Amino acid sequence: MLGYIIRRVLWIIPVLFFVSVITFVLMRATPSGPFDSFGGGRIAAPGVVAALESKYGLNDPPQIQYVRWVGNLLVGDLGPSYKYRDRTVNDIVGQGIGATVHLGIMAFLLAVLIGIPLGVIAALRHNGVPDYLATFVSMIGIATPSFVLSILLLVFFSVTLGWFPSQSARWWDNPATWVLPTVALAGFPIAQIARYTRASMLEVTRKDYVRTAQSKGLRERTIVSVHMVRNSLIPVVTILGPILAFLITGSFIVETIFGVPGIGRYYIVSIGQRDYGVIMAMTMLFAVAIAVLNLVVDVLYAYIDPRIRYS
Amino acid sequence: MANQTRTLEAPAAAAPRRSASLWGDAFRRLLKNRLAVLGGVIVLGLIFVAIFGPMLAPYEYQSQDLAAVVAAGGPVDPFVGPHFFGTDNLGRDLLSRLMDGARISMTVALVVQTVVLLIGVPVGAAAAWFGGRLDTLLMRITDIVYAFPDLLFIILLSVALRETAVGKAMDGLFVVFVAIGLTAWVGMARLVRGQLLSLKEAEFVEAAKAVGVSDFKIILRHLLPNASGPMIVAITLGIPGAILAEATLAFIGIGANEPRASWGKLVAEGQTYIRAEPHLAIIPALVVAIALISFTFLGDGLRDALDPKLKGKQ
Repeated sequence: MLGYIIRRVLWIIPVLFFVSVITFVLMRATPSGPFDSFGGGRIAAPGVVAALESKYGLNDPPQIQYVRWVGNLLVGDLGPSYKYRDRTVNDIVGQGIGATVHLGIMAFLLAVLIGIPLGVIAALRHNGVPDYLATFVSMIGIATPSFVLSILLLVFFSVTLGWFPSQSARWWDNPATWVLPTVALAGFPIAQIARYTRASMLEVTRKDYVRTAQSKGLRERTIVSVHMVRNSLIPVVTILGPILAFLITGSFIVETIFGVPGIGRYYIVSIGQRDYGVIMAMTMLFAVAIAVLNLVVDVLYAYIDPRIRYS
Repeated sequence: MANQTRTLEAPAAAAPRRSASLWGDAFRRLLKNRLAVLGGVIVLGLIFVAIFGPMLAPYEYQSQDLAAVVAAGGPVDPFVGPHFFGTDNLGRDLLSRLMDGARISMTVALVVQTVVLLIGVPVGAAAAWFGGRLDTLLMRITDIVYAFPDLLFIILLSVALRETAVGKAMDGLFVVFVAIGLTAWVGMARLVRGQLLSLKEAEFVEAAKAVGVSDFKIILRHLLPNASGPMIVAITLGIPGAILAEATLAFIGIGANEPRASWGKLVAEGQTYIRAEPHLAIIPALVVAIALISFTFLGDGLRDALDPKLKGKQ
């Protein structure tokens, strides 16, 4: 097991290397640079651009720039931001990561707390009305993009009904503003978890140990909670890692629509502005999140299901 | 020889039930699934609109009815007058723009799944058939693609190529299609590999090898057709993902150039008027949701219809 974990951790290094190289090459392949315009169509004199480029070392050969970037990364320096010149990339990430992780974890908890009971109820009333309702809800959740859900929630609950405040200054400080972005982000994972739980519960229903429990006269509630739900959640755990990674890395659409002060909304802006440091930092952050969460889930999987042995 | 053929055919002809081929059976099961039929009908409708849209649309998607905008003092209201869904603030007919959006979305479905097949099937088949180091190498490559935050990769590639000839092809859509395909093939590669790994030990493969059929032909004629059921399901269920990715990109302003009308772009444009004219965002949002749900219903129905575990239960 320890050997397996070490191998998996070591494998993350080449993955991150390739992800960073691909991102770096793609970014440098773009025709324009970060100093081609300064907002509002203002263009700097050629001398100014050259001075800025040499200040940030953008005239060096790309491989030198890449090695320098890796060297800085290893000591925890993500480099300067070319657009927000009063802040480093560390500042930008540091200010936004809290809200992004906060939003992601709230959505994750909501998805687990609703998705699993939904799937369990659907399976217990297999082919009954609750099953059809739950299946229908999860189908809609899977097929509704987060931006569509965000818009619909915004129109009905914020604009029409006025139940939740829309954006204002310091608005993330008010917990009432967390509700809509959390629901919008959780819609897809709720549906996914419910579908997995339902399928897994139906699988478990046919197992011998459930029939044994029934035939020795255990109470229905005991059979469901001890024998069925606990076993059926084992495969569900495998999708929780990718889901948490998706929630933390995939929230930039929701962040943009609701104006959440996280890091996601910087990503799109910084690509448009060729803010190389921010782009590299975000991509690496998201890739690390995906790799680590997948690893954690695989290890957790072996822990909760003793039948699984990694070698 | 002729005698032998007759004895083989006789029992089949005598059997009272209809001859049941795999596909015929699956199709009958599919027709019994009401949600799948509903999804299939809507998908066929979308394909029809995508092909004949320009002939059916009441207006051209880019033409502006400025007189109507001036008369209404802004976007024209829906369900009254000649513009069924109203117009945007530039006087462009929303229904016609939605029909152009259907065209874009169906093209995404087609192009992306073609890229997925062209990359995913050879990679998966080679990994399964040749095994060993090639398998390890190809699977490590899929691991890397899998680890890449895919929407970020698509955004990067689209922006990186935006100014080039590739980036400008098909009104800026081509590079988006290819970028989505380049991230989506991993699932297909893993599926094909998994299917072929179990199939390649089958006796009919051994028989084909024994009579000297080439590796290429065994894969193409014997293995892939036997894996085609799960592949069709994966393609159908992959389509909503591709449409969703394109719509999301269009929503944040990447992909379709003006005046093309991708659904995601229509939602984004409508969002500007969300207080005064909510229908401009809600109608395209509902159209996206209905299209994605239809493909999901159809894909789920196909999976149930083709799943041999359910065979004989209905």
